[in-house]
Amino acid sequence: MAISGVHPLAATIAAWMWLLPVFPLLGFIINGALSMYSSAHIGPADPDMGHGGHDSADGEAHAASGHGDSHSVGKPRFASIVTIVGPGVIFLSFLLAAAMFFAMRGVDMTTPFVQKYWSWMPVGDLQIDFAFQLDQLSMLMVLIVTGVSTLIHIFSVGYMGEDEGFARFFSYLNLFVFFMLLLVLANNYALLYVGWEGVSLCSYLLVGFWFKDKVNADAGKKAFLVNRIGDVGLLIGMFLLFANLGSLDFTTLAASTGSLQVGGALVTTICLFFFFGCTGKSAQLPLYVWLPDAMAGPTPVSALIHAATMVTAGVYLVVRSSFLFSMAPVASITVAVVGAITALFSATIAIKQWDIKKVLAYSTVSQLGYMFIGVGVGAYSAGVFHLATHAFFKGLLFLGAGSVIYTMHAAYHHSGNHADAQDMRNMGGMRKAMPVTWVMMWIATLAISGVPPFAGFFSKDSILGAAFEHSHDSILSSATWLGMSGHTVLLGVYVFGLAGALLTAVYMTRLMLYTFHGPSRATEAEQHAMHEAPWTMTGPIVVLGVLSLAGGWLNLPSVASFLGPVGSLDKWLNPVVGSATLAITNGTAIEASHGVELTLIGIAVLIAIAGIVIAFVALKPAKLVTKDQSPGEHGFEKVLAEKYYVDEIYEAGLVHPAFVTAKNVLWRGLDVGIIDNLFVNGSAAVARGFAWIGAQIQNGSTGAYAWGIALGAIVLLSVFSFR
Amino acid sequence: MLAESLGLSAILFVIGVIGVLTRRNAIIIFLCVELMLNAVNLTFVALSRYYGMGGQVFVLFVMTVAAAEAAVGLAIIISIFRHKQTVDLRNINVMKG
Amino acid sequence: MDNYGLFYQFHFYLFGIIAIVAAVTFVTRKSPVAAAMWLVVVMFCLAAEYVMLDAQFIAAMQVLLYAGAIMVIFLFVIMLLNLGEASDIADVRGIWGKLLAGFVGLVLLAEVGVLTRTGIPSGKFVVGRDYLGAQLARYGAVGAVAKPLYQDYALAFELTSVLLLVAISGAVILGRKESTSAR
Repeated sequence: MAISGVHPLAATIAAWMWLLPVFPLLGFIINGALSMYSSAHIGPADPDMGHGGHDSADGEAHAASGHGDSHSVGKPRFASIVTIVGPGVIFLSFLLAAAMFFAMRGVDMTTPFVQKYWSWMPVGDLQIDFAFQLDQLSMLMVLIVTGVSTLIHIFSVGYMGEDEGFARFFSYLNLFVFFMLLLVLANNYALLYVGWEGVSLCSYLLVGFWFKDKVNADAGKKAFLVNRIGDVGLLIGMFLLFANLGSLDFTTLAASTGSLQVGGALVTTICLFFFFGCTGKSAQLPLYVWLPDAMAGPTPVSALIHAATMVTAGVYLVVRSSFLFSMAPVASITVAVVGAITALFSATIAIKQWDIKKVLAYSTVSQLGYMFIGVGVGAYSAGVFHLATHAFFKGLLFLGAGSVIYTMHAAYHHSGNHADAQDMRNMGGMRKAMPVTWVMMWIATLAISGVPPFAGFFSKDSILGAAFEHSHDSILSSATWLGMSGHTVLLGVYVFGLAGALLTAVYMTRLMLYTFHGPSRATEAEQHAMHEAPWTMTGPIVVLGVLSLAGGWLNLPSVASFLGPVGSLDKWLNPVVGSATLAITNGTAIEASHGVELTLIGIAVLIAIAGIVIAFVALKPAKLVTKDQSPGEHGFEKVLAEKYYVDEIYEAGLVHPAFVTAKNVLWRGLDVGIIDNLFVNGSAAVARGFAWIGAQIQNGSTGAYAWGIALGAIVLLSVFSFR
Repeated sequence: MLAESLGLSAILFVIGVIGVLTRRNAIIIFLCVELMLNAVNLTFVALSRYYGMGGQVFVLFVMTVAAAEAAVGLAIIISIFRHKQTVDLRNINVMKG
Repeated sequence: MDNYGLFYQFHFYLFGIIAIVAAVTFVTRKSPVAAAMWLVVVMFCLAAEYVMLDAQFIAAMQVLLYAGAIMVIFLFVIMLLNLGEASDIADVRGIWGKLLAGFVGLVLLAEVGVLTRTGIPSGKFVVGRDYLGAQLARYGAVGAVAKPLYQDYALAFELTSVLLLVAISGAVILGRKESTSAR
């Protein structure tokens, strides 16, 4: 709580911040009830409504699943109520968040505003409360989450409008927003963990939304399980934290870090364990493998969860724990290095993917790598800045891809084609049919490539600039990481970031070229059936397009002071992460000279434009043929297209041995052999043995009875004789 | 003569017990029981010198009861023999259960 | 009596040994008839012992009742059921059974020995020395037993007669052949 007296925000609308997650929770309950009611009362006349814009991880499986040409003939039940309630509750949360934001701007705030609702776990020395903490960072996250969620909910109204699971979809989405808000508003690591696990759960539910197709169900399981592996790291970090510092509150911990040794083994271990959890949640190496498979879910899910919100939870965790990470240079460098490697690695995979959503998935992994570079080198607000702009343009890209897929599906329905609606080789020249989407997607592509003045340029440049600047005169540069000096490592991170930026521009331009430009590889009839998506889908895309254009103004660099206020986001987040950033940079803020800054900006812009030009020159969309007619890949291209066979390696090296061990050792040996045979059957056998002994007393044999009498007499006599 | 009498009585009694435990013919076992009763009679008689005539009176009763018991027991054995055609103890396990 | 003559002691031991040998032989016979005969020998020896212990009436009763009536009943039943031959079923059990029975017997003997040592101090008269002789002289051999039987133990005497009645009825019923009518 505040140091003395009442926090200044307590008198404002911020006192109602507990309503923020309650609205989505109500939405979940209402939509969930409607969904269960409707599924329990399907009448005989209801047609098969399983159609709709559903995607699947593998187009072949989708086409071959015996789908049939069933056309949905009507809206799902309760569609009108769900249409109002689903996006409506999120919009209410957004309005409340906006009001809270304005209240916060009018208040001078240096400490977080904590509202404790009840004491959740008072156990011995541990005191964990169900409490929310509102500071600048969580305010920003709440705005991003509720804002982008509202747009995606509105998009889903159009996209899932004819799916029979309409109500169920919105209930899951609302539940997801509820958990995500818990995560960002939590006052302590335990409540954050509740939100963390909850979004994993919703990811499972939503990725496997069309669970009747086994591929989708498997993808959902994979997402959940891989996340779970990372969660162990987070848990262990929490245990260590509690064991050594006695609390899990953010505020208490931030105050008590004086007892920790800077750069010591304990802080480094805690941070590394936290980061392991982040590699699971935010899809970095080695636990990124679930994200591409998660494209099996509906496209709004990919947009919301796997672009804008859930995967950013890892970045949020690192920023929240900045007071820890800034004390552990080795851990911070590790974060940056893993982020850099992941950024480059997944960018190389993306340039050879043909499924439009897979390209975007690997792009997400790559961009998350950039965010981790940012928070790894200590530029926490730069990482959050990229988080915000990424939510805008990646959300836009996914929604746009969703519109394209929707249109392709509609066209294929007309022609009865069963080809893969998501493969870029089946698309082409879509700009004629979908001009608005085309323009918006180009805005997003320029943003993600880092072309000024779009949003991604500013955020990516601030990250790479920080990586370059922190490579000297910071505690990171003076540390050694795996034998190399921090200075060298961070320069390497910078170079990797540049290479990744080049590849980003290449694959994004490739996506645009193959999808929207060039000749169309669909038939005439299909081309006539293609048109722009309805306004419920195009509207949010336009809004996100505007944000991708203007998002850069959130945090202009000092060289661009002529454009507007400089460093707004930095100033906004300063009370939260400022001290941590200063700790990284040895106490004084690094102010690069204008010359250095302009040089860095110039390099970044050059790289972005070079990437776009390379793609235009080298790629010939006219030479593409449809997926069914395309030749297979060969050589290194095949390796890239098969994503370096990482999944296969994991399967053979980890999953299969685990399965074999579980089956033979744990199941046969332990479960059946020891527990079943030894304990259960064994104790029954022992009881039977005793029963057998007892039964011998009454076997009817007179001779035995005589023996019994004689022995009994001896026993009695011996009692008397030994008195 | 007391100690000798008691010793003889004990030995005869033990021989009777061994006989009961060892033999399988029901009649022989019965005879061993009679031997045991005789041994006990000897004890009573030997001790009556020191404890009064009650000892010998009791011996009379023992003999009477032994006679009655022999009659009834043999009647039972006859009845079993009629059912099972054998007096082997191994085959007479009707008391099972 | 503490000073028994050699004649007396010798015959006491003689009849004792004969009794023991006859008992052992009795226990190990295969044929029931032979076993019964050997038991009769044991009873005769015991009768002799009774005489030497100043229980002449009891000795006579032993011969009359035990050897003369009870053993006769046994022999009647053996003959009735035609079980007289030495047969396998009369065999003793296996070697282990015999050894174990012998061991049990020894243990029993030892315990009885221990108990009698502590229980009965030898030579202590409750009823005074030569009580038995005095009774015999006063009432005669039969009277010495009859007097307490009909005076002190009259109730037991009556009950025994009832017992005999019941036993007779029981023996008759149990020994009856099954009639053709169902029970």
